Amino acid sequence: MLTTIGKRLLTVLPTLIGVIIVTFLLTRALPGDPAAYFAGPAATKEAVEQIRVSLGLDRPLPEQFVRYVKDLGRGDLGNSLSTGRPVVTEIVSRLPASAELTLLGLILSMVIAVPLGILAAVKQGSWIDHTCRIVATAGVSLPVFFTGLLLVYIFYYILGWSPAPIGRLDAFTSAPPNITGFYLIDSLITGNFETFRASLSQLILPAFTLGIFSLAPIARMTRASMLAVLASEFVRTARASGLDNRTVIITYAFRNAMLPVVTTLGMVFSFLLGANVLVEKVFAWPGIGSYAVEALLQSDFAPVQGFVLTMAVMYVALNLLIDILYGVIDPRVRLEG
Amino acid sequence: MKRREFLKSAGALAATAAVSAPSVISSAKAQSRKETMLIVSESGPNNIDIHGVGTNVPGYEVSWNCYDRLISHEMKDVNGTPYYDRDKFKMELAEDMNVGDMSATFKLKKNAKFQDGTPVTAKDVKWSLDRAVSVGGFPTFQMAAGSLTKKEQFVAVDDNTFRVDFARKDRLTIPDLAVIVPCIMNSGLVKKHATEKDPWGLEYTKQNTAGSGAYKVTAWTPGTEVVMERNDAWVGGKLPEVKKIIWRIVPSAGNRRALLERGDADISYDLPNKDFVELKSAGKLNIVSTPYSNGIQYIGMNVKNPPFDNLKVRQAVAYALPYQKIMDAVLFGLAKPMFGAAAGAPTQVAWPQPHKYNTDIAKAKALLAEAGHPNGFETTISFDLGFAGVNEPLCVLVQESLAQIGIKCSINKIPGANWRTELNKKVLPLYTNVFSGWLDYPEYFFIWCYHGKNSIFNTMSYQSKTTDDFIDGAVTAAANGDKATYEKSVKGFVDTAYADMPRIPLYQPYVNVAMQKNVSGYQYWFHRRLDYRTLTKG
Repeated sequence: MLTTIGKRLLTVLPTLIGVIIVTFLLTRALPGDPAAYFAGPAATKEAVEQIRVSLGLDRPLPEQFVRYVKDLGRGDLGNSLSTGRPVVTEIVSRLPASAELTLLGLILSMVIAVPLGILAAVKQGSWIDHTCRIVATAGVSLPVFFTGLLLVYIFYYILGWSPAPIGRLDAFTSAPPNITGFYLIDSLITGNFETFRASLSQLILPAFTLGIFSLAPIARMTRASMLAVLASEFVRTARASGLDNRTVIITYAFRNAMLPVVTTLGMVFSFLLGANVLVEKVFAWPGIGSYAVEALLQSDFAPVQGFVLTMAVMYVALNLLIDILYGVIDPRVRLEG
Repeated sequence: MKRREFLKSAGALAATAAVSAPSVISSAKAQSRKETMLIVSESGPNNIDIHGVGTNVPGYEVSWNCYDRLISHEMKDVNGTPYYDRDKFKMELAEDMNVGDMSATFKLKKNAKFQDGTPVTAKDVKWSLDRAVSVGGFPTFQMAAGSLTKKEQFVAVDDNTFRVDFARKDRLTIPDLAVIVPCIMNSGLVKKHATEKDPWGLEYTKQNTAGSGAYKVTAWTPGTEVVMERNDAWVGGKLPEVKKIIWRIVPSAGNRRALLERGDADISYDLPNKDFVELKSAGKLNIVSTPYSNGIQYIGMNVKNPPFDNLKVRQAVAYALPYQKIMDAVLFGLAKPMFGAAAGAPTQVAWPQPHKYNTDIAKAKALLAEAGHPNGFETTISFDLGFAGVNEPLCVLVQESLAQIGIKCSINKIPGANWRTELNKKVLPLYTNVFSGWLDYPEYFFIWCYHGKNSIFNTMSYQSKTTDDFIDGAVTAAANGDKATYEKSVKGFVDTAYADMPRIPLYQPYVNVAMQKNVSGYQYWFHRRLDYRTLTKG
């Protein structure tokens, strides 16, 4: 197992090198001039030049690249100009915020979509199948910022059930000590239930927003893959042998239908993690997506490079994890395959 | 891991998730919010030291409230809002200012202490001003605007006497000591964190406050929040009433409005004009709108290249702009018109002041024909996407209006990061932009925007010997107290600017601040940011 994982990791190296080179070149090819931007409104040409020199942007590209790779080797992703902090610190503090939100959204979505998908497949053509189709279509066709604003409008502005959408905690609750970076887990570990409640109540609306958006791929994939399995011979055999419906569907059919669902989950997760920028903007969530977009808008190279690199690494890790899960779910799948 | 076990545990996990998701919604906060002010805005600081490389405007607000200057401004009343008085100074760290012919001497308050307890001395003042003129970039430039350029100009006479020697007579020198840049820092503390590569300790002050000001930053998460607490030992003025400032960054304008209306946030600014108008008529909140001092939104034209090198074309554009529509549909009336002065109205010794153009399509068509473009021409109109809320509808209206006289514009949206680069190239034919000067003097505005030495804000590449002479004349006259020449010069450069029309002023924008009814003490400052020190919550 370990050697196969090791081998698998080796094949990832060229990908990462490619990502490093491409992000470096892409950020340099952006039309903005960070020196002019950071010199401020009243800067003269000389002031802009001064800043260009102090940022090292006057050097030839290969030299900048070598310096960048050297820093990477030391685990230094550079400094963000827009927030004034090392990119590593920023990513380490923001990734858990995004991950916590995305995971919760995904779990919510899974809890709704998987049973819905199964039911839709079992009762194909029934009202529940149509409901599934409508829910999934509506969920995916509503843009997340719209769902987000709508939820805020109803549950915060009109009803007042939900707390103010101003980030991971309201202004008067202090954050739990940093252990995992996940506020829910950290507050439970330290036994701070007040903070747990506060952070959970902040999470509910954005998590639902994300959940609604990701319902469609999961529900549809579950349904499709269940339909395929339900039509197969072993299910017919199981039914013929007089096994009760529940056992047939959950134990035999669903287990075999899980592979594509897990793949979809992995894809949806990595997609959401980077793409929930809009949700982060609506709920003032200090996540990694909004950080990267803001940096991009300000021609702030280092965070953009750091973000893409982190995402690439996470994507690779996630794919590896899913591949391993395949083996666990279905022993016929071999990692080398 | 076995397959069966995994499946079981996965099932269990899903089950717990389903159980732990019940709705724990809204809990009433028992905590007293009396002494805390919650401020929400669209963007936050990137650096809390105004001397830093590329410190953004929200960063200025932190600097203003956490550091002291030697002097500051008194307030006067403008339409019911306290408004800084350009001509009256009050003492902040200094207890006495004595302005001589070629120097100014300041006595420091004896009991003034930095936030770490060390006394404020003239040495700290000298070090701080030395820093401002040495670090380069914006702070150095701002100091130079008041003829403060050399370290030798700053002299620590003894522990609590400090002298500024003037490089030349310049009436902007003293006001320039009251802007945000010449803030006084704890030189001992910052020097401890300085390195050979970073002799002024910019890395340290980027993240830490080292001043004697009324507030200190106790927590800062970039892009999320800034928490500031009151410095109880502050001697720069009356001790502020608010003990704690929590400044949250809420990017969505709709949510900022919801937060205000639900009473969760105390103050917000930079809301869209439409929201401000609606909030104002709803009457649940205090809305204060104040015109930007010395600021104008304008349509600029590149006068170096055809077709806008032709005066008649520029005049045609000036007659074709939909001024009133912009006021109504884009700004919802929240701005001061800078157009349509009465035909015979005399030129004022003031800036900004309206020009005499109004929308008159027939006249515009005639002028365009005279200029040799009877069928119009094609061009592009550019704007800064960073302020798309106003710029985009404005440009669409201009596009529509210019089409009526045959000028076909395509709209060119430029992201905020590139805007300055593009302006600096000085090749955009037609664009809208805003400029506002910290120092509220007509000649200050004109040096930046119209003078032939072609600063970045002379976006039109306008060159006119007459204008330059009038501007230089005004600067000299102001320094020598020659009122007659000064007035003649100001009228001269305003008249020339409106005769040549290289840029067409549209309106003076408003700073809009929305507050809860129990919040008072808002003051308008030249930097347009909040001063927490006078805010109160009843």
